[in-house]
Amino acid sequence: MATLSRPSDHYDSRPAGSGDAVTQPRLGSAGWLRWFWRQLTSMRTALFLLLLLAIAAVPGSLVPQRSSDPNGVTQYFANNPDLAPALDSIQAFDVYSSAWFSAIYLLLFVSLIGCVIPRTKHHLQALRAKPPKTPARLARLSGFTARDAPAGTDAQAAIESASGLLKAGGYRVARFDNGPEVSVSAERGYLRETGNLVFHSALVGILITVGFGSGFGFSGQRVLVEGQTFVNTLLAYDSFNPGRFFDDASLDPYKLKLDDFDVAYETKNLKAFGQALDFTADVTVTPRGEAAKPGAVKVNGPLRTGGTDVYLLGNGYAPTITVKDPDGTVVFTDSIPFLPQDANLTSLGVVKVPDGLKKQVGMIGFFYPTQAEAQSGAYFSSFPDLEYPLLTLNVYAGDLGLDEGVPTSVYSLDTDKMDALATRTTTVKPLELKPGETQQLPGGLGSVTFEDANPGAKKGDFSGSVLRFASFDIHHDPTQGWVLLFAVLVLLGLLTSLFIPRRRVWVKAIEQGDGSVRLEYAGLARGDDPALEAAVADLADRHGAQLPAAPLAPAPDQT
Amino acid sequence: MNLNELSILSLYSAMGVYAFAFIAFAIDLARRSSAVDAAVDAAQAGTRAGAEAGARLAAEATGSAAAGSGGTTTLTRISTRIANDAATPYGRSASLRVGVSLTVLAWALHLAADVLRGLAAGRVPWANMYEFAMTGTLLIVTVFLIVLTRADLRFLGTFVTGLVLILLGIAALRFYVEVAPLPPALQSVWLVIHVFVASLGTGFFALGFALSAVQLLQFRRESLVAEARATRLRFVATLPSSATLENLAYRVNIIGFILWTFTLMAGSIWAEKAWGRYWGWDTKEVWTFIIWTIYAGYIHARATRGWRGSRSAWLAIIGFSAVMFNFGIVNVFFKGLHAYSGL
Repeated sequence: MATLSRPSDHYDSRPAGSGDAVTQPRLGSAGWLRWFWRQLTSMRTALFLLLLLAIAAVPGSLVPQRSSDPNGVTQYFANNPDLAPALDSIQAFDVYSSAWFSAIYLLLFVSLIGCVIPRTKHHLQALRAKPPKTPARLARLSGFTARDAPAGTDAQAAIESASGLLKAGGYRVARFDNGPEVSVSAERGYLRETGNLVFHSALVGILITVGFGSGFGFSGQRVLVEGQTFVNTLLAYDSFNPGRFFDDASLDPYKLKLDDFDVAYETKNLKAFGQALDFTADVTVTPRGEAAKPGAVKVNGPLRTGGTDVYLLGNGYAPTITVKDPDGTVVFTDSIPFLPQDANLTSLGVVKVPDGLKKQVGMIGFFYPTQAEAQSGAYFSSFPDLEYPLLTLNVYAGDLGLDEGVPTSVYSLDTDKMDALATRTTTVKPLELKPGETQQLPGGLGSVTFEDANPGAKKGDFSGSVLRFASFDIHHDPTQGWVLLFAVLVLLGLLTSLFIPRRRVWVKAIEQGDGSVRLEYAGLARGDDPALEAAVADLADRHGAQLPAAPLAPAPDQT
Repeated sequence: MNLNELSILSLYSAMGVYAFAFIAFAIDLARRSSAVDAAVDAAQAGTRAGAEAGARLAAEATGSAAAGSGGTTTLTRISTRIANDAATPYGRSASLRVGVSLTVLAWALHLAADVLRGLAAGRVPWANMYEFAMTGTLLIVTVFLIVLTRADLRFLGTFVTGLVLILLGIAALRFYVEVAPLPPALQSVWLVIHVFVASLGTGFFALGFALSAVQLLQFRRESLVAEARATRLRFVATLPSSATLENLAYRVNIIGFILWTFTLMAGSIWAEKAWGRYWGWDTKEVWTFIIWTIYAGYIHARATRGWRGSRSAWLAIIGFSAVMFNFGIVNVFFKGLHAYSGL
């Protein structure tokens, strides 16, 4: 019987001769390599590496990861200044791209490939080979059943009919004549091994496509305020992470305009009051050289356009702020995205006015879509929609730190070199503005206006008074479809390799001295096969029913 | 009384009935121990009374095997094997029948609680921890009851009702949240598919865990008997042999593994739609991957010489512990994108 070319410690393969290593006098370098290779491709090593991989994945869930939670990493460094650098030196913040994690899965895949290739070769041979010769003694095999054929049965004809039954049952059959013994040897379930090989090869496929896939794509982020347009070019992105092999010139310069950002919040169910029900970004897409067409991006509904996928990942308010000098000349006007700080969208934003006033002016603004006052006097937002909007501005004057050419975040203000003009601790309190209101800046610097985006609305209706922004993630991953294909193959391979039984079945007809014919049935499981004995018994029953004459009497020597 | 209040009432009733079912199953285990004692006495003393007791037990066992022969040939063979496989065959005790009946009743109340919660919310009842726990435990019992029609695993009743009772208790006391609409991130058909399949997989893993644990107990008993040493937990003698338990555990666990593989893939497809990437090593993704790897290891161990039997059983036990950790600890205490516990 041919082996399945399985690793030597597969439970289904024969134990290796124990004397092998001892009788070999010396291992040359080739010998050592072969020994090492056999160790690496053994079942025990594969199992060890699998379990090691599971253990190695754990720390990445305990410590924040740069890939999924960069802010968490920064926070971790701040909270644990002694521990964090030590953890960082063993790549604990980049577990899944770390040398040690990669080493484990690469070894595992080498082991897997080393196992799959010889098995594939062997399986291709097995697919072409005939079922093996019928064993001499069937009695030692699973589900052995012996019966006396009805008188007048011809051994050849009996085997012919058994062979037909087996073929109809999906078995590959081979006839063997051995004097008075005629037999059919049958094997089925080749798909089990095919499924197994497909499963493992598809895993390799996933690893390779994921490994290379990231190199050919990109991901970028862009924040758009209602009314703004984005053109898909490198410079238009707020941040852009290209893969190693990505060519910037291949960006398709379509236009994407955020027309309107629709929100819906729960107002009827008091126990879930204010919970978000729906976010929809209504956009207009203009592919290059084509007419504009409307589209929508939702949280679970990305927009696929121009070879990219556009996802809606965040939203908030972008108050429009205008600053004028004392003469009334506009020196600054912009809609500034304010970052949401809580579920009710208390939002924080920064206004920087570098030019046009006597001094550089910076403002830290808090926006409350529905302003409420705590007992302490602190403001907070009690509902995420625009019911009673209020903007407060802390005003600073001095050096914004923009002139050194060092890039600074638009979302933060360094007040070290600035004087506080209007904050909670100065005599002039922070400025408070409702949409459409204007306040004078302290020190006669000028004025600031919180523009009403919908000035024609009825008094008390603030629903359209402040513009909203949407933050989009824009991705391109040409290998995503391949990963899905391999994943489907993994699942199909798994199903066939676990549920299709691979089994051999033999039927033997033996002509006795008195001219009667004795029939023997037996099977052999190859892999887990709980239904083998039942299948053999079922075959014997159906075969008996096909034979021409009277009902079968059990053979006297049946055990 | 609104639908959600009815659902809560139904759930608490289900928990009460599960508690009685648990007691009935526990009494059955105690009876098994005394039956083993009786059989041992009979064997040692050889008295008439003992022989009669033994004969009665054997008759009961035959009766149960005959009663279980409803399905196809294969299934009959499995149940017959389970029934005949025990060192001390043991039939159906009254308390075992009561236990199963009460479990079916509790399951019906549990199902009603789950459906009412779904109706109250106007969506599938698995969108926060409380609802996951309610639906997940319902599926554990459902899988158990379905498997019972095919193989006599009623001896696991204590484990199943006990586990479900503990999980429901935690859910009702610690995870309860009011009915709330779905946040935009959960408004997807994949919520229905991904979470349901994950819960169903958990149901199979739970059963596989119990079978593997009993397999270990049985293996220990068998080794002690082989060394002619005294055994504890005498009821184990009435359960199938460790080899049969291992085969059953394997079959249950591979179904769980396939469902888990599908969970992982469906989750990736959903993650791509909702978060813009199909895999990002989010904490929940990490633990789903870890569980997948442990069970992949379990299946390999079953094919590795020296790892079949007790060692692979331990992997199944570790695997289910990781599933419980993923549900109870990762959801509540770990930071990540799967922040839908509602707590």
